[in-house]
Amino acid sequence: MRSSYRTLDRGTVRDILLVCVADAVVGASFGAIAVTGGLDPWVPIVMSVLVFAGGAQFAAVGVVLAGGSPVAAVLAALVLNARLLPFGFAVADVLDDRRRRWTRLAGAHLITDETVAFALRHTDPARRRAVFRLCGIALFVTWNLAVAGGAVAGTGLGDPTALGLDAAFPAVLLALVLPALRDRATRTAALLGATIALAATPYLPPGVPVLLALLGLTPYLRPPRPTWPDQPGGSA
Amino acid sequence: MPLFAIAVVAAGTYAFRLVGPLSRDRVHLPERAHRLLGIAAAVLLIALVGVGTFTEGHDFAGWSRPAGVLVAGVLAIRRAPFPVVVVAAIGTTALLRLAGAS
Repeated sequence: MRSSYRTLDRGTVRDILLVCVADAVVGASFGAIAVTGGLDPWVPIVMSVLVFAGGAQFAAVGVVLAGGSPVAAVLAALVLNARLLPFGFAVADVLDDRRRRWTRLAGAHLITDETVAFALRHTDPARRRAVFRLCGIALFVTWNLAVAGGAVAGTGLGDPTALGLDAAFPAVLLALVLPALRDRATRTAALLGATIALAATPYLPPGVPVLLALLGLTPYLRPPRPTWPDQPGGSA
Repeated sequence: MPLFAIAVVAAGTYAFRLVGPLSRDRVHLPERAHRLLGIAAAVLLIALVGVGTFTEGHDFAGWSRPAGVLVAGVLAIRRAPFPVVVVAAIGTTALLRLAGAS
């Protein structure tokens, strides 16, 4: 599939690089926060390689640094990452490679908010696959290097919120998902879901409100009209 | 944070990621379900945008960050280049904070 990378236009490659830069800043701050809080440098580094999900990593380390138990940290991280389950179904076609099964096992580790958002932008199977892989591999490398850098530099790094960098992650995701919102059903479900998630945020543990956003899909869950031609008894 | 706790998070996270891709061999989903899963992914991502824009923990994040993301959204709708969108979001939020906004 080496040739599939040629199907990516320069604009897409540039966008992926920019997301990598934005995530590198977040990764460096994650490493720095963990080490500054008193954790050994190997903790954020090993965690980033094995978990590779920024939000959950911040949540777990945040619970531990606030004096919470490891069990609470594990639960917080897993609840946040539960959204990766529906994401896995949404990009399963991208990882479907019957000739080389290991690529699917390795590729599954690259399922993140960013890689799913990039895959959603394309419908052509070859392009979906190429953009997912390039984004996933580039993000994995830059994220882990940045976390290691932040863990080594420690307190030398400033507060990212002072610089407005906390606006980068939602802005990046919004820009990536906007094309999908041109579809009316998607737009309605997303607005309903986001409203539910925001309304629930003050009352529920982090991660749960985002999962509740799936309730925005309920208007589309009605059983399809019985017009399946291949179904016995169906009126074709 | 013990290594065991990290291992449990890693294993659980990988399991969440793997269920969808692995079940593709065993379960054949109809076209309608595929479309619904695409919509579900967009719904989750927009919910992440909403929560990440407006909240910090259980509380309101202040107006600087939503203002930055709003500028980004308007620029993205007008098809501004991606780097411009992201830099505008960061710049707007940073400037508002410099000016004393929360």
